[in-house]
Amino acid sequence: MKHVLFASISKKFVMALAGLFLLTFLPVHLGINFMLLNSDPEPFNEAAHFMATFPPVKIVEIILIAAILIHIIYGLIIQIQNWIARPVGYRSGEKAETSFFSKFMIWTGGTIFIFLLIHFFNFYFVKLGLVQGDPENFYDMAHQLFRITGYNIFYLICFILLGFHLYHAFGSAFQTLGLNHRIWTPVIKVLSVIYAILIPAGFASIPIIIWLF
Amino acid sequence: MKVTLKIWRQENARSKGSFQTYELDGVSVEMSFLEMLDSLNTKLIKEGKEPVAFDHDCREGICGSCGMYINGHPHGPATGITTCHLSMRYFKDGDTITVEPWRAKAFPVIKDLIIDRNALDKIQIAGGFISVNVGSAAESHAMPVKKNNSDDAFDSAICIGCGACVAACKNASAALFVSAKISQFALLPQGRVEAKERVRAMVAKMDEVGFGNCSNTGACEAECPKHIKLVNIARMNREFYKAY
Ligand code: SF4
Ligand code: FES
Repeated sequence: MKHVLFASISKKFVMALAGLFLLTFLPVHLGINFMLLNSDPEPFNEAAHFMATFPPVKIVEIILIAAILIHIIYGLIIQIQNWIARPVGYRSGEKAETSFFSKFMIWTGGTIFIFLLIHFFNFYFVKLGLVQGDPENFYDMAHQLFRITGYNIFYLICFILLGFHLYHAFGSAFQTLGLNHRIWTPVIKVLSVIYAILIPAGFASIPIIIWLF
Repeated sequence: MKVTLKIWRQENARSKGSFQTYELDGVSVEMSFLEMLDSLNTKLIKEGKEPVAFDHDCREGICGSCGMYINGHPHGPATGITTCHLSMRYFKDGDTITVEPWRAKAFPVIKDLIIDRNALDKIQIAGGFISVNVGSAAESHAMPVKKNNSDDAFDSAICIGCGACVAACKNASAALFVSAKISQFALLPQGRVEAKERVRAMVAKMDEVGFGNCSNTGACEAECPKHIKLVNIARMNREFYKAY
């Protein structure tokens, strides 16, 4: 019984569930972000206020932070174990065919983590009162950030890498949960492409539009 | 034809090892890859040099012992065949062919291209068998099995335990091998009796002997000489969840 807690499959199971939960959150966040394109700051600030104060959302928020932490910690443990499992690499180049994006999960994930930290400093920690700022006016704060060219470039790179991460993550989570089906797995593959393009493209479009117009 | 061989030479598990380059003339396209290595060894012996140690037994694609990493692919560039079935037709005159052993913590090098695949045996010993009395052949016929299940069980059972999946995997994970061995029993009524104990024991052993974690990259499926499918890994995961 002790083994189940540390088994490779258990770790992946937890990671997949946490990851899938995070996948459901992204569209919600994106929906709110689109309100940044509105010249009236009120709807966005209201939505942000609602997310910050409505009690059920607070509970989901705790689960969300837990999911992020679990996903990162388990991801790191799995990756380190995987590096240990091949102490001496191939000298003639690893050319074995693999799904391309799956090779970089730790690096795309790491970049997303750095982005999250910056993002938390800019917004989430302000809301929690840990960092100075006006939590009732995230609209202006976001608009100010999106006028910094360097920030926008970093933002775009992060979301492209998020797309790479999501593309493998989506289908992989189902396989890990044991859901592999003759008909549905190819459908999930297609959905993962759509999701991995649309969600990051949605996020990335906002600074581009604000920046240009 | 003439080929240049860059072969990994390593005295034993503790020594460092390095690539040595050999020129080999008179290779015919009809030769298998192992026959080509045989002729290299004959040449080396004649020259008073140490022949290249490599593993082989059946030379007909069923024992799984002949694995080696050729030009960046386990069992070489062709798909669906083992090194012993790989013919020199896949190479051209003047080619440089790089050969090295499987690389994984769980597969220590014994000598040159020979690795210790005992870790796979340990997983089998942990649960890859049926200890209930399944009766005689006649009784097995009396037990109805769905056609799909028997086909899938057979497709899983043809895994030869060569370890190419581990060799190909960027995580050196043995998930494809273990899932094939679990599936061949999980799909049949005879195997269901001990299904839970089996998956628990085999997965525990797989983790214990030092294989990496599967990250669903699919290199194993692409390189498996027996076309063992990734659906087996999903089935193993399901069996694992059911067992706890
Ligand atoms: S699953 Fe395929 S590659 Fe892996 S040990 Fe079995 S036959 Fe070899
Ligand atoms: S020598 Fe037996 S499979 Fe190649």
